[in-house]
Amino acid sequence: MTELESEKIFQDKIDREIRIEPRDWMPEAYRKTLIRQISQHAHSEIVGMLPEGNWITRAPTLRRKATLIAKVQDEAGHGLYLYAAAETLGIGRNEMIDQLHAGKAKYSSIFNYPTLTWADIGVIGWLVDGAAIMNQVPLCRASYGPYSRAMVRICKEESFHQRQGFEILLTLSRGSEAQKRMCQDAINRWWWPSVMMFGPGDDASPHSEQSMRWKIKRFSNDELRQKFIDICAEQVKILGMVLPDTELKWNEERKHYDFGAIDWEEFKNVINGNGPCNKERLAARVQAHENGSWVREAAMVYAEKRKRRENKKVA
Amino acid sequence: MSQQDWPLWEVFIRSKQGLDHKHAGSLHAADAQMAIENARDVYTRRMEGVSIWVVESKYVHASNPDDAASFYDPANDKVYRHPTFYKLPDELKNM
Repeated sequence: MTELESEKIFQDKIDREIRIEPRDWMPEAYRKTLIRQISQHAHSEIVGMLPEGNWITRAPTLRRKATLIAKVQDEAGHGLYLYAAAETLGIGRNEMIDQLHAGKAKYSSIFNYPTLTWADIGVIGWLVDGAAIMNQVPLCRASYGPYSRAMVRICKEESFHQRQGFEILLTLSRGSEAQKRMCQDAINRWWWPSVMMFGPGDDASPHSEQSMRWKIKRFSNDELRQKFIDICAEQVKILGMVLPDTELKWNEERKHYDFGAIDWEEFKNVINGNGPCNKERLAARVQAHENGSWVREAAMVYAEKRKRRENKKVA
Repeated sequence: MSQQDWPLWEVFIRSKQGLDHKHAGSLHAADAQMAIENARDVYTRRMEGVSIWVVESKYVHASNPDDAASFYDPANDKVYRHPTFYKLPDELKNM
């Protein structure tokens, strides 16, 4: 069978919503773009543990501490599901980790911002997980089987994350003047970075068209971003807070909220390594990996020791 | 020695008595015991499992999807294996 014929059969499967599984023939470009997307998604989960992990020791109550720990643990698990899905495409875990540590692989821009107050933890749950959910629900129907199955698992767990965040903000919004100010301040700092999570506008998004044709991506960046803004504009009212956008206004004709211009320079800077916390995040990951190497080695040696003991018993 | 030496394991979970084990994903671990413990931590955090199987990925043998057509061909034209092949009167109950 020629390459062209294989490609036709492949695209036909995609068009008929037949999932592609690990050992099926696929174009090299499909494999490469999936490895890139899935591994970067995995990196985002792991790096995403850092801004929130920052507040575990300072959570205001035991209940808040327990729920925050559970959320951060979930993120570790999500990273694992995604690394596992990426490995089915022929890349090893070590190679992906090396790419992240060498700055060759990206992760979601949002995690390069600092968590300055407890309210930031609430806003991350509400807006950052909220934006992630918006992106991830359509991915449950991505054309690559292992990726879509990992996404189903992740989406089931993600909704507690968002509710945990909103509940924190609700409590603050019903508290003292200082708590209300802290809540609004956190929203002011995280709103635009969350809106940028959906990526560049459709004309400026390099991978989008091919990803849509291969049904990895189902909706455009702008479509998802609009949906997110429409939903948050309503939800923020329940908090008695405002979104920091003077141009945010319901448009009766479009049946959507109009919103202000996004600062794409900021996005470009952050995604290219010049955000407020990029260096810190990467350093934390590299350090964790290096500090953990004795555990990896010890586990291997212990496993071998145990095996030798078993063999001796049987012999 | 690095994590390169931790083999890859496939994880199968039985979520409830009476159901089959289903493939849940994979993970790296030094040996079977660690693989099971890690699988419990990752794949059954919400009590989604009563039984865990782990198999080193290298021991999973799979059919070749390219052979699908010829591999399953013998079964394709044997429609008499399906109940709908047999035409029986409507008055006949319980069959």
